[in-house]
Amino acid sequence: MKQIFKFLRRWGPFLVVTAIFLLAPAFLSSFRLNQLGKFLTYAIIAVGLDLIWGYGGMLSLGQGLFFGLGAYGFAMYLKLQASGGKIPDFMFWSGLTQLPWFWVPFSSAIFAICAALLIPMLLAAVLGYFIFRSRVQGVYFSIITQALTLLTSIWFIGQQAYSGGTNGITDLGSAKLFGKALLSPTMQTAFYITTVLCLAGVYLLSRWLTEARFGRLLIALRDNEDRVRFLGYDPVMLKVMIFAFSAGLAALAGILFVPQVGIISPSSMGVVPSIEMVIWVAVGGRGTLVGAILGALLVSYGRSYLSESYPNVWQFFLGSLFVGSVILFPQGILGFLKAQAGKFRLPVIVRTPSNVGVPETVATVTPAGVNGGSSA
Amino acid sequence: MNAILLQAFNGLSVGSILLMVSLGLAFAFGLMGVINMAHGEFIMIGAYMAFVFQQIFAKVLGGVDAGIWFILAIPAAFIVAALLGVLMEVTLIRHLYGRPLDTLLATWGVGLVLQQAARSIFGAPNVNVSSPIWLTGGFDIGGGILFPYKRIFIIGLVVVTVITVYLYLQYTASGRRLRAVMQNRSMASALGVQSRRVDATTFALGTGLAGVAGCALALIGPIGPSLGTFYIVDAFMVVVLGGVGRLPGTILAAVLIGLANTLLELGTTATVGKVLVLLLVIAFLQWKPSGLSAFQTR
Repeated sequence: MKQIFKFLRRWGPFLVVTAIFLLAPAFLSSFRLNQLGKFLTYAIIAVGLDLIWGYGGMLSLGQGLFFGLGAYGFAMYLKLQASGGKIPDFMFWSGLTQLPWFWVPFSSAIFAICAALLIPMLLAAVLGYFIFRSRVQGVYFSIITQALTLLTSIWFIGQQAYSGGTNGITDLGSAKLFGKALLSPTMQTAFYITTVLCLAGVYLLSRWLTEARFGRLLIALRDNEDRVRFLGYDPVMLKVMIFAFSAGLAALAGILFVPQVGIISPSSMGVVPSIEMVIWVAVGGRGTLVGAILGALLVSYGRSYLSESYPNVWQFFLGSLFVGSVILFPQGILGFLKAQAGKFRLPVIVRTPSNVGVPETVATVTPAGVNGGSSA
Repeated sequence: MNAILLQAFNGLSVGSILLMVSLGLAFAFGLMGVINMAHGEFIMIGAYMAFVFQQIFAKVLGGVDAGIWFILAIPAAFIVAALLGVLMEVTLIRHLYGRPLDTLLATWGVGLVLQQAARSIFGAPNVNVSSPIWLTGGFDIGGGILFPYKRIFIIGLVVVTVITVYLYLQYTASGRRLRAVMQNRSMASALGVQSRRVDATTFALGTGLAGVAGCALALIGPIGPSLGTFYIVDAFMVVVLGGVGRLPGTILAAVLIGLANTLLELGTTATVGKVLVLLLVIAFLQWKPSGLSAFQTR
């Protein structure tokens, strides 16, 4: 009996939330379902970013790059499907008569998905290796990732013939997968369900990672890299691994994003979206996985509501949200809730890392003591 | 040969603009470890100051062509940008002392707010600032190569600015205080230097310089709310490459990056040129992680 209670306490909220998301197609309109699916892919990016920033202390302003690469990879496959074996329209308009050699393998779904996942991870690993090896840290790292994102998005805009230029890859509607049109409700629901399952899987995987020794190592890296080095670990390889992992998550999100939104353009992978990804994690609570997901959903819904209702001035709100969340809520919403719960000794069913030395409140489970999100 | 000469001049011109833009950023970063993501918006403010002066004062001060309004706009841009910088430092940055990543995010937020404010005040489309008549045309050195007077003026302006900053740092009391706090904050405090006040002054100096850069930029292109975003990443590259807060390093880095950008453009497209520059910077950092200032040894 006690075992069942323990299991429920640990996994109950997760199962309930997942069940709710899985049942959403039954009571959401297709527009709202689509929107939720999009936001859930954002949540996947947020988890990846939280791992390297909240747990690892490396603020990457370039997750948009990996997201975009993953999205473009899968979009290339969908575009080839939509074009039915002929050359895609934007290439035709740019004067190409033959499919470029690097597009050809993308007519296979398996290749496209693997490439979309592996190329960003490889890029992150190589770049990360060279950057971390020279002990570039903190702000310098953030700036370099931002520069990379900017340059790649500019480059994609410039390569009109190969990447669709500013418009990106569009008109994917006539692609057929498993015999069904891409935009049919069946396929869209299928993609939504896949997104929910992927997010659940990513969450579980990340939770396992952060609770294991690797998680503690990551936090140790964040707090004092030199000490980790003196203790005999190789921080460079650790950082490279987690950076590549987060890039993979962003790429996965991109793969799930494209079929639901139907378009990918350089504006989704540039500097601005990359910084918004950081805001999701900052608002929700860095250093907590649930916080990242919550932040992504909240900020995205908030943003779409605000930009619809106040199209002229919503940037004020966004900017103020940045400033406010950093100054007033550095621990994010989840950190704030945790602090309040700690004050009143309320049972908190959400798992959050707690401060070392703070007495455990009822029903909160503490992993290795983690200092709530103070950034170096 | 002609093309190379022209690109070299352009590189110097781009480098000089970059230098003016990054100088303030480098000082703020060197002193406080603060990366100001709203720096681009201060450039934009400076540029809009030129526009405002053109709209309001040109008729009164002898007409648009005579350009007196432009000469006055330059110090005005400095003052306005510096005052806004002090405001920002006192209300925001000060509270984020020791948290550089959070400062980065918060200043990005401020940048968004400033951009939106510019959009609301001046409108989203670009506005044009006409140049004074004595800046049109160029210096013809034969072979069809024209060095535009505007760019020569900007290079001259940057040289004057850098010399002024150097003199300020070396020969004035407040400049000495700045250097003291940059070298050893706690010691300077122990000797009676008010480090918080120096922080505010330095930040204001940085944003003021950005304002002047913006005013100069108004000469060579249309200005709009997102003007700053074009220059900000390059400015960061200069700061990363040039090392922290060092004047010679920043100068060298700005000129190098400006030249590299334009010369690499010759063989390839502008974008590929920028990518190559970024890769070169990363490669250089492998060798000298603290940037160009590593060559300065005591």
